[in-house]
This record gives sequence, structure tokens and C-alpha cells, in this order.
Amino acid sequence: MASPEPVQVVKTRRDAALRALVEGVPYIQFLGITFDRRGDELTSVLAYREDLIGNPAIPAIHGGVTAAFLEVTAIVGLTWASQWDAIEGGQMPIDENARPRMPKTIDFTVDYLRSGLPRDAYARARVTRSGRRYASVHVEGWQDNRERLFAQATGHFLMPPSDG
Amino acid sequence: MDTESHLHIARRFIEAIPHSKALGMEVEEIANGKAVISMPFDPRLIGDPETGVIHGGAVSALMDTCCGAAVMSHPDGAIATATIDLRIDYMRPATPGQRIRARAECYHVTRSVAFVRATALDEDDSRPVAAATGAFTFQRQGGA
Repeated sequence: MASPEPVQVVKTRRDAALRALVEGVPYIQFLGITFDRRGDELTSVLAYREDLIGNPAIPAIHGGVTAAFLEVTAIVGLTWASQWDAIEGGQMPIDENARPRMPKTIDFTVDYLRSGLPRDAYARARVTRSGRRYASVHVEGWQDNRERLFAQATGHFLMPPSDG
Repeated sequence: MDTESHLHIARRFIEAIPHSKALGMEVEEIANGKAVISMPFDPRLIGDPETGVIHGGAVSALMDTCCGAAVMSHPDGAIATATIDLRIDYMRPATPGQRIRARAECYHVTRSVAFVRATALDEDDSRPVAAATGAFTFQRQGGA
């Protein structure tokens, strides 16, 4: 029986694939969104900055920033989930030279549950349905407390045509 | 107050919002529950490096700002507003290099809620890039 892969090999491969999905996208860098990976689970992190504010009187994070943060989380989460077998199988190396094509947003609906406080925000996406052509993704966003969401969203996506 | 100075105040107010400033938003029209706000193409906002198309999130930020501006300009006189929900339909990718312009209309208000719809266009006026519908809080003077 083949011995299991060394943990560093596994981590290097997964982290390279994640970097390829995230670092090549200017808008993700513009907002300062990073991804924390634990196994196949991704948590996106929006580090607070003054220029993310939409209402200086409260102050609160711009509703558009919240929408964008959740949409980025949904797209990266969906791409990540749909590429997981390829990443793990190693038959298709994913790195900065070979980025998978991204799903296209069909529609995206955001519920604003609380105002976004001037501090870091986190989000996780769950792919609720993933077909060959269409996918549905739900995203939850929170700040200090995982149980107290400040926003949630549902989106539908058109999957890129598979080359196979 | 005449329309010109009203526009001037609203413009200064909206363009001073830190994130609106970061995206280079400009208020073109704002009166009677309607607003037109545009932003320039910016390579930092690209969402798909293969095509150079702006990320949907940046279009959402423009739409959200424009909808909020339309609510604030409603003749019933809101003193503040916040987004309750916003749905965006992406009809086609915005053409890289072109300015994006959102038009929002606050078409109904109740005591405490404003209903808004909006479209986003690039330089091809005949084919919208995106459409939005949203509900916003409508906070009145002295209201709870």
C-alpha cells in the first residue's frame, strides 16, 4: 500500500491552488480580502479599513462593500469546491500559470441584518446546489460573534463550460 | 432652496462617503427620489483577469450608493437610510474601459420603508449591464 502523502506536500499544493484563485484578481486585493483555509473549509476575512465606510455618522461599513465581500466569498468558495477533486487528484495543477475559469454571477441577493461595524468581518460560503451548468450558493457574514450574522446572501451562478 | 444648491449639497455629501470616494463615484443627477451616479473604469476593480471585466461587487457598491441617494432625495424627506435587502441581476459583463452609470428610482415609500429599483449601464445605453431592486429603511424626523 502506498504511504500517505507528507503533510507539507498536501499543504503546499492546496495553498498554491488557493493563491492562484485569489491573488490574480485585482478587486479581491483592492478590498483587502484574504482567505483562511482549514482542510477544504475556507473563511474569507475582510480586514477593516477606513475607506470601506459607507456611513461616517455611525460609522458603518458600506452596504456595497458588504455585498462585494459576500459575492467574492461565494465565487471563490464555489470555484474552490468545484476544483477540489482536481486539486487533490493532482492531475490538473492549479497555480498562477493555470487558473481555472470563474463562474459568472447570474443574480445575487443580500440581506442586511445589522450594520457592519468598523472592525474585521468574516464570511463562509456553502454551495447548496452545484450542477453542470448552474449553481446556487449561500453565504453568511459575521463580525465578533459567529452566531450574530451582520449579513447573508444567496446567489446563482453560471458555471464555466468544462473542457472535458 | 433651489435645485442647483440642493444638488451641490447632495453631491458633496455622497462624494465624501469614504468608499464612494475610493471608487471615484460622481453624482450626476439627484432630485425627487431619483439619482444618477457614475464611476470610471479602474483596473483595480477587475474581477476576471482573463477578460478584464469589472467585478460584480463593484457594480453592487455603485448600485447600493445610487439607491440610497434616491431614497435620501425623496420629497417625503428621510433623515437617514440603510439597506434592508438588495438583489442584483447581472445581465451582461460591463465592457472593459467604459464608465458605469447607475440610475435609481425610489418608486414607493411607506412610513418606514422605501422601495427602490435601479439599472446600471456602460456606454451602450441600449443594453443594461445590471438591474437591482431593494428595500431601504426610511427614517423620518422624530420617528422611532
